[in-house]
Amino acid sequence: MSNGEVNLARRRFLIGATSVVGGAGVVGAAVPFLASWQPSAKAKALGAPVRADVSKLRPGEILGPLPEWRGKPIFVVKRTDAMLDQLEALEPMLADPGSARPSQQPSYAANRWRAREERKDLSVLIGICTHLGCSPKYYPEVGPQAFDGNWKGGYFCPCHGSKFDLSGRVYAGVPAPSNLEVPPYTFESDAIMLIGEDEESA
Amino acid sequence: MSDAKSSEKPGAVMAGVTQVVNWIDARMPLVETYEYHMSRYWAPKNFNMWYLFGVLSMVVLVNQLLTGIWLTMSYVPAGDKAFASVEYIMRDVEFGWLLRYLHSSGASAFFIVVYLHMFRGMMYGSYRKPRELIWLFGMAIFLVLMAEGFMGYLLPWGNMSYWGAQVIVSLVGAIPVVGADMMEWVRGDFLMSEITLNRFFALHVVALPIMLIMLVFLHIVALHHVGSNNPDGIDVKKHKDENGKPLDSIAFHPYYTIGHDLPAIVLFLIVFCSVVFFAPEMGGYFLEPPNFEQANPLKTPDHIAPVWYYTPFYAMLRAATYPLFGMDAKFWGFVVMVGAIALPAVLPWLDRSPVKSIRYKGAISKGMLAMFIVSFFLLGWLGTQAASPFYTLLAQVGTAGYFAYFVLMPWYTRVEKTKPVPERVPA
Amino acid sequence: MKRFLMILGFCALTTPAALASDSGVHLEPMTPDHRDLPSLQHGAKLFMNYCLGCHSLEHQRHVRTAEDLGIPTDLYQASLLPAGADMGSHITNAMPAAGAKNWFGAQPPDLSMVTRVRGTDWVYSYLKGFYLDPSRPLGVNNDVLPNAGMPHALIELQGVPRKVCKQAPEGGRDGLSGQPMTSEQCGFIEVEAGTGLLSAEEYDAAVYDLVNFLDYTGEPYRLDRQRIGVYVILFLLVLYVFTWLLGREYQKEVH
Repeated sequence: MSNGEVNLARRRFLIGATSVVGGAGVVGAAVPFLASWQPSAKAKALGAPVRADVSKLRPGEILGPLPEWRGKPIFVVKRTDAMLDQLEALEPMLADPGSARPSQQPSYAANRWRAREERKDLSVLIGICTHLGCSPKYYPEVGPQAFDGNWKGGYFCPCHGSKFDLSGRVYAGVPAPSNLEVPPYTFESDAIMLIGEDEESA
Repeated sequence: MSDAKSSEKPGAVMAGVTQVVNWIDARMPLVETYEYHMSRYWAPKNFNMWYLFGVLSMVVLVNQLLTGIWLTMSYVPAGDKAFASVEYIMRDVEFGWLLRYLHSSGASAFFIVVYLHMFRGMMYGSYRKPRELIWLFGMAIFLVLMAEGFMGYLLPWGNMSYWGAQVIVSLVGAIPVVGADMMEWVRGDFLMSEITLNRFFALHVVALPIMLIMLVFLHIVALHHVGSNNPDGIDVKKHKDENGKPLDSIAFHPYYTIGHDLPAIVLFLIVFCSVVFFAPEMGGYFLEPPNFEQANPLKTPDHIAPVWYYTPFYAMLRAATYPLFGMDAKFWGFVVMVGAIALPAVLPWLDRSPVKSIRYKGAISKGMLAMFIVSFFLLGWLGTQAASPFYTLLAQVGTAGYFAYFVLMPWYTRVEKTKPVPERVPA
Repeated sequence: MKRFLMILGFCALTTPAALASDSGVHLEPMTPDHRDLPSLQHGAKLFMNYCLGCHSLEHQRHVRTAEDLGIPTDLYQASLLPAGADMGSHITNAMPAAGAKNWFGAQPPDLSMVTRVRGTDWVYSYLKGFYLDPSRPLGVNNDVLPNAGMPHALIELQGVPRKVCKQAPEGGRDGLSGQPMTSEQCGFIEVEAGTGLLSAEEYDAAVYDLVNFLDYTGEPYRLDRQRIGVYVILFLLVLYVFTWLLGREYQKEVH
């Protein structure tokens, strides 16, 4: 049998070194298993951006049938000047009038119109209530409604009564915590909008 | 707990670990089990490389389970979608191709390793008393493994999957009286169909793996109860020290686990990964060309052959060409094949030699074992070839050689002159 | 029982024919190269123009083809993407199954993995193996797949191929003149000069590119597999050194 002390140090070193290299191997071996959970090419194909033709939209009209992107309904509304003008006056009633939460819209939509400057008349919103996922309804008419005696136009969610304005901004004091989400979007031409892709995410 | 700062850090970690271990050990026999199976399992000190294939089988089993579970996440067991779902895995799922190749190469690796593991048992008499039960559990594992491989091969729903299964299931039809009904019962339909695919999926993914894991557990429990054999077939328990530890044994952990098995596992992985990454089709033996097109009931592949690991038994099946006693050759082929798979199970009772290991057996045993090996390889190769009169004759010779090893064993192991077995393991 | 006998009978009828074609035909070798992007791009273009009308590549997606072959998306959309198709979709065609059976006798098979089933040599030789045969419904035959139900899709590129008899070497030399001995042999395929858009060498190169592309669609991740494999084996070799040294540590204690 050889010298005890020296062997122990060498042994400890080898155990340590082998464990480190082996550990790296285990991590490397785990990569394919974990990575295989990433969205596959099929998911990416199904989640690809969709095109919407906005050329025939009349002022105040919502694009129908509703476009669908990643399984979610998209509200595309061509707003009138009157609708845009009264957005500012509503702001004291809103929980997040300045669109402070970055997760709810791309940077170019962090404004009063929650839309691109050059086409601020067009509102593009994901039609899913930020409370528990029901789809709100479009109520563009100004006038008393059952859910609001002083309704100025916007979206109302029938499930638990959340209200959003025509820019999708949430009213204060309703169950929904945040503004309706604006998806990334861009214009391929004046008529065709591409929903699901923009210069930031492409 | 006293102050555990700075240089006492490693000591504190160890103390913490010890506390956790003690907490568990007070509630279940953790330390006792670990010592019984690992650090105080006394294994003969003369293990050679033939003793690696047991642990390598476990490595391959873990590979098949892990990659199999992951494949099941994306595979669709429906007749019109199965084939496409495999290509979906290969192309669209991140690293899906790697999961699939690991699984397909693993199936072949499983049989290579298991055949070598069984061969070790045959060489060293590991099936002899008191280890008959270990051997029987092992034979059960072998049977379940063959079924598992067969069912797994149908799942890709390629043209060879379909036709291979068609041929093998139709073997069941050879059984007299009940054969035809049994065939329909196995298939669940009047022909090989999606219904068969669905049930094979359930068996392959759930039922057989559970059986496999249970049998492996029982196999190891039975082994640890009597202790391991060794290449010399010496009973190491005959000579123990004052503490009850056999003089010619060493602790399984760490001397075999780290000293022997760990480098071997890495070496095995090098060979295995070379196949997975550079030759996953293995010249058409691991992944067969006709299986890259979808199952077509109207188009038989040019040459139907089972996957290489079944070919020795397939060759024996085809070797039976004469009807006998009013039963046609097809039935006798089936009998021969089943007999060839089942016969090794009774080895513990066929071997009448006074010694266990081939090292001390006589010349006849050595010759017979050599003939068995040659026959097995010959039959294996013949099983991959299209039948011809000459090949059929060769297969009959090979079948005779295979069976002779077992059937004549009670005689030749008794009459031959054996060498004296030493009391202690040679240095 | 009856059904089994039918199937067995079917096998018995088809097997001899299959075996015959196996042993008889000489196949020209074709070694694919997935690294040759210009070749794959040319092959993709040939496939879309000459093959996609009847044959799909239903397991291969457009977007991946563009990415792997180094073709920018808008260029792919302009020149290779069929009208109305999505980049993310699989490469399918409009060939109706019922119509196909009527016109060709069988549905033209999907070619995603044809080289994995037949081998690149076979597909290459097949595409070069067409010749005029008035006895066939589509006017052509092919020695690599006798009585194939397929027209010669590339005839405008190759030109008109005919089976001819000509003087060919039969081995050995004439004792007096020293010239190689020849005899009249038949079965050669000769292309009528001037009838094809491509010369013989250009046609061979085009077929190579097409088969190369089909080999790529059979296993588009092959280069990834080989590249990652090198790193894995190198890592395992390093790990082996450590485990071998560590193993020896413990073995020393025992021996």
